[in-house]
Amino acid sequence: MDKFTSHTGIGVPLRRSNVDTDQIIPAVYLKRVTRSGFEDGLFAAWRNDPDFVLNNPAYAAGSVLVAGPDFGTGSSREHAVWALQNYGFRAVISPRFADIFRGNSGKSGLVAAQVDEKVVQRIWAVLEENPGATVTVDLESQTVRAGEGVDAVEDSFDIDPYTRWRLLEGLDDIGITLGHDADIAAYEAERPRWKPVTQRA
Amino acid sequence: MGKAGARTLVEKVWDEHVVRSAEGEPDLLYIDLHLLHEVTSPQAFDGLRLAGRRVRRPDLTLATEDHNVPTVDWDKPIADPVSRTQVETLRKNAEEFGVRLHPLGDIEQGIVHVVGPQLGLTQPGMTIVCGDSHTSTHGAFGAIAFGIGTSEVEHVLATQTLPQAKPKTMAVTVNGSLPEGVTAKDLVLTLITHAGTGGGQGYIVEYRGQAIRELSMEARMTVCNMSIEWGAKAGLIAPDETTFAYIEGRPEAPQGEDWDAAVAHWRTLVTDEDAEFDREIVLDASEMTPFVTWGTNPGQGAPLGASVPSPDEFEEPDDKVAAEKALAYMGLEAGTPLREVKVDTVFVGSCTNGRIEDLRVAAEVLKGRQVAPDTRLLVVPGSVRVRLQAEEEGLDAVFKEAGAEWRGAGCSMCLGMNPDQLAPGERSASTSNRNFEGRQGKGGRTHLVSVPVAAATAIRGTLSSPADLEPATAGAR
Ligand code: SF4
Repeated sequence: MDKFTSHTGIGVPLRRSNVDTDQIIPAVYLKRVTRSGFEDGLFAAWRNDPDFVLNNPAYAAGSVLVAGPDFGTGSSREHAVWALQNYGFRAVISPRFADIFRGNSGKSGLVAAQVDEKVVQRIWAVLEENPGATVTVDLESQTVRAGEGVDAVEDSFDIDPYTRWRLLEGLDDIGITLGHDADIAAYEAERPRWKPVTQRA
Repeated sequence: MGKAGARTLVEKVWDEHVVRSAEGEPDLLYIDLHLLHEVTSPQAFDGLRLAGRRVRRPDLTLATEDHNVPTVDWDKPIADPVSRTQVETLRKNAEEFGVRLHPLGDIEQGIVHVVGPQLGLTQPGMTIVCGDSHTSTHGAFGAIAFGIGTSEVEHVLATQTLPQAKPKTMAVTVNGSLPEGVTAKDLVLTLITHAGTGGGQGYIVEYRGQAIRELSMEARMTVCNMSIEWGAKAGLIAPDETTFAYIEGRPEAPQGEDWDAAVAHWRTLVTDEDAEFDREIVLDASEMTPFVTWGTNPGQGAPLGASVPSPDEFEEPDDKVAAEKALAYMGLEAGTPLREVKVDTVFVGSCTNGRIEDLRVAAEVLKGRQVAPDTRLLVVPGSVRVRLQAEEEGLDAVFKEAGAEWRGAGCSMCLGMNPDQLAPGERSASTSNRNFEGRQGKGGRTHLVSVPVAAATAIRGTLSSPADLEPATAGAR
């Protein structure tokens, strides 16, 4: 996984709450067996609407999505994270993320930055007044920044410290856990014998 | 303050699975059972292959085909080439990595959350994960069960563990008894509308209280299944005699001395009297009525006897906007009595309500009655075993005589990955768990309902409960 320290890119104001993963990528797009190519399904239903934000050329090359609360609810599909990444997003800012989505983001290297709802409102205002303006998500200082002058927004965001550390270091979770193999083996040796198995030796 | 050392059920199960804990790091949890299906696993197996890793515990892993599979002509090759590739990829991966698979055509095939409990693999006090958010279903047995993403699937395949930050705990206490005709589905839909779709965020929930204790295992699964729909990481119910009776004698249940040892341990899996939860919600079951959704998330619901709400009724500006958008998408007018909403398709099935008990309830309502002329009723059993059991009981005949389509096992119209989909603008009453825009087919409009409401709706053609029906025709079987 690549290290993530700070990213500055065009901000996309998505004025919606409860953006579930069926909206991020509908089920019919989930049939690939690879991790790439899911950008075609990103917000597929909404992209048919000419007024949808990503259909505005000023936002089309966006890489920081700024959404309302409860982003990523619903299905556990990690394809939602891949679709955002395949499209070009590096970070999502929202006042509240669904747990599984947040977890999936952390594993795949998409930063899910949780900020106060008022901060989202202010960033939306900046991005809508200046389409194509950039937003910075700085993982090192844990801050988001947007806009200039009196409208400038700068605030800290929440992300769990362990995920932040892994993203900053670009570390693969499985490698870390395999380093604890002795602990796992010790635990396995103590498991009760009546625990079910799916196949017997 | 709670007594020192007093723990909740969730804490007990969690603590039993901690392989390693360190300051500033998530706990490393051991996973007792890992369930797989074709949609969220291919990239995980690919990751293993690329890194030259193996599946650490194939004997704690089980795969089934459910999301993509057709519910007609299941003995023929899958028509859609992309679905077929995904299913074939799972078959290849299961073979290569030594994972037990129940493919289409196998007697144990079915929706992953129906298959686990049915085989007796789902047991109290376990940790169970699956690349599917409705893994919370298995919490009905007193297991910590939750959905994970594909990277985590790969992690569990490689290590049989998962790093997890300990969530907060919440009690949902449902006092009183459910009135006649009001089901577990109504209970959980009421709860979600009450708590909001983000209300459970960051919590593992324990459902308790008289109404929960009185539920059958199937009904408990319906409640736990929908934990994720209000954002909870998992939802569980303390195991009791109902739980033990359900498990005993199933193919993978412990036997003899092992059974006794297991039950002795399972009896300790209750929240200590002095234990404290981080949050509690209290509801009264005796006030509940049949409950349906009118919007595009499971928290937008109302009693069947109510009318479509007006966006002005909502205080939060966000909720107002969400309601406006939902009504526009759903093609509904504020103020229309829900009972007058005309439905094109009724879907009985899914991991929420596709079990044998659900089909019995549907058949009871449909017996001697006819599906309305302009309405289509699809009955899709959750597993092959459920299908065979229903056929043995003659339920299939009741469905067919009523004019319903009797199908093969799978997820089907719950998410419309196979050909069972709504057409744009088509309206459904569905016993599944998600009414998101386009969930059951592009432009499709979904009302989430209980099984009796689904069956009654199929007969009247508008959202209804069995209480709205004329008596069944005389001479009916
Ligand atoms: S029935 Fe629906 S909710 Fe359940 S596993 Fe299948 S797609 Fe998911």
